[in-house]
Amino acid sequence: MTALRTWSVVAAVLSLLVAAGCSDDDPAASGGSDTLTILAASSLTDVFDVLADVYEQEHEGVEVRLTYDSSSTLAEQVIQGAPTDILATADEGTMQGVVDEGLTASDPVVFARNILILVTPADNPADIASIEGLNNPDVDWAVCVPDAPCGIASEEVLGIVNVTSEPVTEEANVRDTLTKVTAGEVDAGLVYVSDAQAAGDDVQSIEVPEASQAINADVIAPLDGAADAELSQDWIDLVTSDEGQQALEGYGFLPAS
Amino acid sequence: MTDAGRAATGRLPWQLLVPAVVGLAVLLLPLVGLLVRAPWSTLPQRLADPTVREALQLSLMTATAATVCCLFVGIPLAWLLARTAVPGRRLIRALVTVPLVLPPVVGGVALLTAFGRQGVAGEWLDTWFGIRLPFTTVGVVVAQTFVALPFLVLAVEGALRSADARFDDLATTLGATRWQAFRRVTLPLAAPGVLAGAVLAWARALGEFGATITFAGSFPGTTRTMPLAVYNALNSDFDSAILLSLVLLTVSITVLVVLRERWTAGVGP
Repeated sequence: MTALRTWSVVAAVLSLLVAAGCSDDDPAASGGSDTLTILAASSLTDVFDVLADVYEQEHEGVEVRLTYDSSSTLAEQVIQGAPTDILATADEGTMQGVVDEGLTASDPVVFARNILILVTPADNPADIASIEGLNNPDVDWAVCVPDAPCGIASEEVLGIVNVTSEPVTEEANVRDTLTKVTAGEVDAGLVYVSDAQAAGDDVQSIEVPEASQAINADVIAPLDGAADAELSQDWIDLVTSDEGQQALEGYGFLPAS
Repeated sequence: MTDAGRAATGRLPWQLLVPAVVGLAVLLLPLVGLLVRAPWSTLPQRLADPTVREALQLSLMTATAATVCCLFVGIPLAWLLARTAVPGRRLIRALVTVPLVLPPVVGGVALLTAFGRQGVAGEWLDTWFGIRLPFTTVGVVVAQTFVALPFLVLAVEGALRSADARFDDLATTLGATRWQAFRRVTLPLAAPGVLAGAVLAWARALGEFGATITFAGSFPGTTRTMPLAVYNALNSDFDSAILLSLVLLTVSITVLVVLRERWTAGVGP
């Protein structure tokens, strides 16, 4: 009796483990090819969410799974073997790291460009009028980490305008930087124009003319080992189509060329 | 020794042995992975990187400060729970354990709503005293104290409960005030529990990530502690992340071993 009960418990645990293993480790195996897994730069959050709805309507039964984070974080995840169909980064350098590892299925395509802007909380508590206002020691400001594309561009711009003060925090990705501003925890932050637009009335935008010297290109590439190469290509076609480009423009992105 | 002798009669049941080995593998394999994948050849140059020292210093300093804060408020709190009949004691104890089960990132959000610039207390701190906690080293200590305090309170409360309260009564009947009795009798009796709680709290503070990055942000030298530095390195250089992890691992194991030897020396055989 006891031995039998022990056995049944062991068997139940084992079957649970096996079931969990199947569903967790390899989503493509259990769900076939009806999910499209995309890792995308956090600046693409709103526009890719919209395009995912369009895509799912055109591809019945296909689920688009989007993960947003800093491009450098996502690129590292791909290099470490995260099962992914498509990678979209906010600059070419970060994508190049993945290309160099031989992990892309075809050449990356530039599908949009993005330019930095200074944002403050809606009431602009520190009365910032231009980017030079960051030099005021009473101003707490946020920026992206120097590894993220937005951080690389920010470093360039801050160098040109000669801001010598230091930020209070370096956020992992541009949306985290934006959130620190919209939450009112900092007086200002450097984000993309598209992020400022997504935040709407929650922020006040201050143009940074020098930012035009550090424009980032948004690039996309299908990855080796994608579950279904055709589904991946369909997504890239959607993003580069007129419909996709209009959506991007609507969210404040600059055209690819 | 006697435990092993008792277990030696009869074969080891595989039903226990197999899961035990699996459990051990789950715990140890990741550590083995760190050691195998570590960039040993470039280790000296990487260790000399000032950012490593900066993050380590910050981590040791903030974790120690947080532990001191925990002792300062945690011991009285534990005493209140263990030795008094304060109304709502069970509720207070339940509330104290909340940060223990709360995901640290939620703790960070909660801290922002309390002590952020727009927070319920933070707004007053800012307008009255010009004190801003987010994005400061003090903010890191606050976040670490928040997550580590329950460990200390529970450990000390346990020690106070198992220590004999009659010694306190005796002290007070002999003319000591309750404060004197606490200082001279209660606290020394509970010392092993206080030390254990302090070590637990320190280890928890050292490893704190979620609440810190949410509440205090991440900037080298002021708020980027070792766990945040590991996360930051992951974005650019996996080898650096491994190295930082190894440093953190070495520090925590060393401190635990040293303290354990000290404190079992007085208690154990």
